[in-house]
Amino acid sequence: MTQAHGGYYVPHGSRWPIIGSVGLFLFMIGFANLLNGHGSFWMVIGGATIIVMLFGWFGTVIHESETGLYNDQVDHSFRWGMGWFIFSEVMFFAAFFGALFYAREYAVPWLGGESHFLTHDLLWPNYDMAWPTNGPGDVGGSFEPMEAWGLPAINTLILLSSGVTVTWAHWGLKENKRDQLIWGLAATVGLGVLFLILQGVEYSHAMHEYNLTLHSGIYGSTFFMLTGFHGLHVTLGAIMLAVMLLRSIRGHFSAHRHFAFEAAAWYWHFVDIVWLGLFIFVYWL
Amino acid sequence: MSTATHVHEEHHEGPASGLTRWLFTTNHKDIGTLYLLFSLLMFFIGGTMALVIRAELFEPGLQIVEPYFFNQMTTMHALIMIFGAVMPAFVGLANWLLPMMIGAPDMALPRMNNWSFWILPFAFTLLLSTLFMQGGGPAGGWTMYPPLVLQMGAAFPFVIFSVHLMGMSSIMGAINVIATILNMRAPGMNLLKMPLFVWTWLITAFLLIAVMPVLAGAVTMLLTDKFFGTSFFNAAGGGDPVMFQHIFWFFGHPEVYIMILPAFGVVSQIIPTFARKPLFGYSSMVYATASIAFLSFIVWAHHMFTVGMPLGGELFFMYATMLIAVPTGVKVFNWVSTMWKGSMTFETPMLFAIAFVILFTIGGFSGLMLAMTPADFQYQDTYFVVAHFHYVLVPGAVFSIMAAVYYWLPKWTGHMYDEKLGKIHFWLSVIGVNLLFFPMHFLGLAGMPRRIPDYALQFTGFNEIATYGAFLFGFSQLLFVYIVFKTIRGGQKATSQVWEGAEGLEWTLSSPPPYHSFETAPVVK
Repeated sequence: MTQAHGGYYVPHGSRWPIIGSVGLFLFMIGFANLLNGHGSFWMVIGGATIIVMLFGWFGTVIHESETGLYNDQVDHSFRWGMGWFIFSEVMFFAAFFGALFYAREYAVPWLGGESHFLTHDLLWPNYDMAWPTNGPGDVGGSFEPMEAWGLPAINTLILLSSGVTVTWAHWGLKENKRDQLIWGLAATVGLGVLFLILQGVEYSHAMHEYNLTLHSGIYGSTFFMLTGFHGLHVTLGAIMLAVMLLRSIRGHFSAHRHFAFEAAAWYWHFVDIVWLGLFIFVYWL
Repeated sequence: MSTATHVHEEHHEGPASGLTRWLFTTNHKDIGTLYLLFSLLMFFIGGTMALVIRAELFEPGLQIVEPYFFNQMTTMHALIMIFGAVMPAFVGLANWLLPMMIGAPDMALPRMNNWSFWILPFAFTLLLSTLFMQGGGPAGGWTMYPPLVLQMGAAFPFVIFSVHLMGMSSIMGAINVIATILNMRAPGMNLLKMPLFVWTWLITAFLLIAVMPVLAGAVTMLLTDKFFGTSFFNAAGGGDPVMFQHIFWFFGHPEVYIMILPAFGVVSQIIPTFARKPLFGYSSMVYATASIAFLSFIVWAHHMFTVGMPLGGELFFMYATMLIAVPTGVKVFNWVSTMWKGSMTFETPMLFAIAFVILFTIGGFSGLMLAMTPADFQYQDTYFVVAHFHYVLVPGAVFSIMAAVYYWLPKWTGHMYDEKLGKIHFWLSVIGVNLLFFPMHFLGLAGMPRRIPDYALQFTGFNEIATYGAFLFGFSQLLFVYIVFKTIRGGQKATSQVWEGAEGLEWTLSSPPPYHSFETAPVVK
């Protein structure tokens, strides 16, 4: 049930947003309870509610899209919406990159005595500035940092290749070569999953062999929070692309109208670019 | 609430009935109403907390509340007024007005619009519930500085997650505003023909999308420092508690402009109407707004001059902050020039708008004083700071919201409000607010620190005046509620144009406007 108003499209009321709010509410109460040591029951219920909401809401939108209700103006609204959403994600990562730069450029040198601040002289006169570091308190015990040119370099190649395959899939879609679309998407999802597996292997090395954990001072904090949030976003991007793959197999999208695919591809390029930043500033320099 | 049955339209589809209308709605007017009512509720909850604070400060010594509860009141008052009252009020105004001003049927992303509102009641339930938890609610100030904030009890993760929810709501709301303005304008409505309220909201939305995620990042780091062993703000691990302040204020300073740019927009709509002259210097207003938005990203550390920064940093942030006076001065000049030789009348919205121009400027001047690093060393954390930001937020942002409500209420409801009561409300408010905040300048300059429940004897007189003002201002707002609900229920019929000098697309619609504002796009010449 939808209405066209003049040339405009205005969707009818929807129960999904309020279901999503209830889901978020329960999830966050549950998560807070878990952190306070009271079990995770409500977190699971809330999480399940959010998943139901996502299926319902996206299901409605896909149905409306496939029945041809959306005009160019709606398409443009979706484009602006996704673009600005990705910008907000960029700013979220900027906060953590900012923390990394601040720690490396200011906090650690000042603790090492490179200024007039007294923390060095009064608290930790023996601390020498270094990077990577777990701080003058040797928080988390001694550790070894990650090497850039092992698995991370391979992961860089994998993500960059996945950027190529998703573009190849897009070319296929635009020329109505459905096989190229499907295989390109399948390859992209596969490379994304491979990336995540290798990240898992790397984390396992870090924790078990290098004694590098979230507890390893500012290096461990920035390393795991940046790569961890990035991994979460790769997971999200891979799920989006997997949905696009299923929709492609079912014959959705036309050569001219396929913004859902493009939105997922934009998101994928975004996680790709964030990774390049990570590789350069977290692993390499 | 009017049901907007528009028989002359082809589509007879109005709002659904009952509770589901409000729960499931995708209509910009319904959602705008929800936002405004929610904001009003929060204004009274936060205001009650302010009255608790002022009652305790009426006399030196401890009379009414425990110091720890007092600290919870100052913290919660700020969080509720900022995220629950002022920001949602402006989003509510945006929802009601943007589609009507640009000639659209609704917002660009109506379902997401519903979600961005309906997250808020849950977020504030979460936040307010912390007052009843073991260890009480947040008490270390709304700025949540570590390591103090990490000592909070069971409430800690609830506060963090409520901030996350508010952030999600704001980001979605802002994305919707940008998509609406960039994509839904009627033919001929090019960017430099947009009403100034639309312009200021476009820029505000950009600020929101740029900085709310940074706040989310900052509070996430607090969460992991507390529960997952990270060392972002722990010097022993190589982190730095001051780093939190930098990240927080990178959000916090643009946040200040998020709460005032839409107010500039409102005032720029109202003054030309009642001066019966077009806005003076329209394009310079647009450029000034954009300049203020740009500068807001490079001045954050003026909130932390006394924290121990290198001299170069102190100087940079001082000069950059002072630069903001230039575009702000342009705006004030333009408002005054708009009134110059106009044939002015002083209906309630105009009174609030003029009070805004004068009193906001006082807040701007005290801001300029605070911008000077050496002077700020003296003012930091005194009541002078409290006086400053309350002048820009209460007779600034809040007055502009009230001006907007009086100005557009006849359009929304189809009824004129009671002009006499409106004027009484204005005079009570303007006297109350100045009694409340003006003495705080003197208290601050004399050295009274902020965020304390007790004070030295010599501060008594000014504190008593401030408390009288607070109760006068607070209780006058009940009159505002009465006027608004009386207008919703009935009153003299409003014409389409409502105000003799009003110009813009929203005044071409009937009062109240049809449920889907513009079903066919008007053509703007």
